[in-house]
Amino acid sequence: MIAGLDAETGQIARKRINRAPHPAVARGLPWATVMLASMASFSPIIASAPVLPPLAYLVFLAWRMVRPGMFPVWAGLPLGAFDDLYSGQPFGSGIVLWSATMLAMEVLDERFLWRGFAQDWLAASALVSTYLLLCATFAGIAAGYPLPLVIVPQVLVSIALYPVVTGVVALLDRVRLIPLKRL
Amino acid sequence: MARSQDRRPGYSRRAQYGIFTGYVIAIAGIVVGLIVLVTSLINPGAFSFARSAAAEVARPMGKAGAQTRESSQGVFAAVGAYFNAGRQNAELRREVEAARAQAISMQSLREENRRLKALLGIVDTGRRPVATAHLIGSTASSTRRFAIIDAGAVRGVQPGLPVRAASGLIGRVVETGPSTARVLLVTDPDNVVPVRRASDGLAAFVQGASNGRIDIRLINMGINPVRKGDVFVTSGSGGLYPPGIPVAVATDPHRDGATGHLAADPADNEFVIVEPAYSAQALQQLEQGEKAGAQSAPEAP
Repeated sequence: MIAGLDAETGQIARKRINRAPHPAVARGLPWATVMLASMASFSPIIASAPVLPPLAYLVFLAWRMVRPGMFPVWAGLPLGAFDDLYSGQPFGSGIVLWSATMLAMEVLDERFLWRGFAQDWLAASALVSTYLLLCATFAGIAAGYPLPLVIVPQVLVSIALYPVVTGVVALLDRVRLIPLKRL
Repeated sequence: MARSQDRRPGYSRRAQYGIFTGYVIAIAGIVVGLIVLVTSLINPGAFSFARSAAAEVARPMGKAGAQTRESSQGVFAAVGAYFNAGRQNAELRREVEAARAQAISMQSLREENRRLKALLGIVDTGRRPVATAHLIGSTASSTRRFAIIDAGAVRGVQPGLPVRAASGLIGRVVETGPSTARVLLVTDPDNVVPVRRASDGLAAFVQGASNGRIDIRLINMGINPVRKGDVFVTSGSGGLYPPGIPVAVATDPHRDGATGHLAADPADNEFVIVEPAYSAQALQQLEQGEKAGAQSAPEAP
């Protein structure tokens, strides 16, 4: 699939050299994909238990890892708020946690400048686990009932899914940069 | 990966200010988020308008999803029939169990009917459902268990009304928009349902454990008489849920109750029925309670 896309973009680029990526797509695609992932709760799956990994958060993290600087530092505020509308968490938990994630990633970039994929994965695992734990805590406070261990499967699935999500985001990154605009 | 270029502004004042403002907004985001979070923890309904507006926007998507679910279930069933005969067997067994639950609840209803008819002056008026709806979404990645249905205030759905599927109780409505409503599922720990054992009326209540199962807790402590396979139906006390709707089947009795699974799994049901509240008084109390900032329905039972 990636190879096909590569060939296609190569062809377009060869045929028409006066092309550049469309700015709306190049800038907007990361935001759009995260927001779409937030709306995944309107997917055909009706779950009676928390089974889906936090897709929107994973996509968000993947964009941040694949393209540091693509999202501004404050991106957690609007995207977290949007996610709160659909996630079922008490409103505000997304705003706090996503903003905190962006700052944590800044610190991470500061401390560990050169990272391989394994380190990225490790960092993402730590962030996702913390995120899910705090989400469950906030939800527990809202429900007035401690929620034991229900997030373990979710944490494992999220960690396992991170490379897949990163792959999809890398693919989308190529789509983002397809030269569509005539110069 | 190397640090990106835009984090190293060099001597450009404008770039430096840009980065600084970014950090300020990010930290402000955390502060604002905390304030909003505390607000919504104290008053869970505070941002319901935003949520229902968002649900309205996503409604067509959810409807399409519901239809996909129907058709994909057909395809999966056809393919899956070859592969997982065992799973299918388990499913059929569950279905039989549900049928048994229905039979028992029917029996208890008949019993109740007889009792009611014996009393003079009490006439059970016909209860017409408020609306029939699709389940179009659920909070599949959150520990809170909500689902969204595609019927709202326009069709007479209001907060507090019970929602059921053909085989049992699904939950109750907590927030409504014009044409969507948010349903608190039985598996949410915030949802406490007063129940009784269908066979003999042993009183208990059911609380969600948030992992797809539910806790059945007896009101009278002592020797635990609950056995595996016991069916629990709503008792009608509290007045919110009409009596006789199957809620849970006990699977794993323990010291002071049992763990059970749902009589009606939302995953298996596309259509749900919004029923009128059993007694209008209970609904009013619930509304008052929620206005006063109370967190949940009248604690059962």
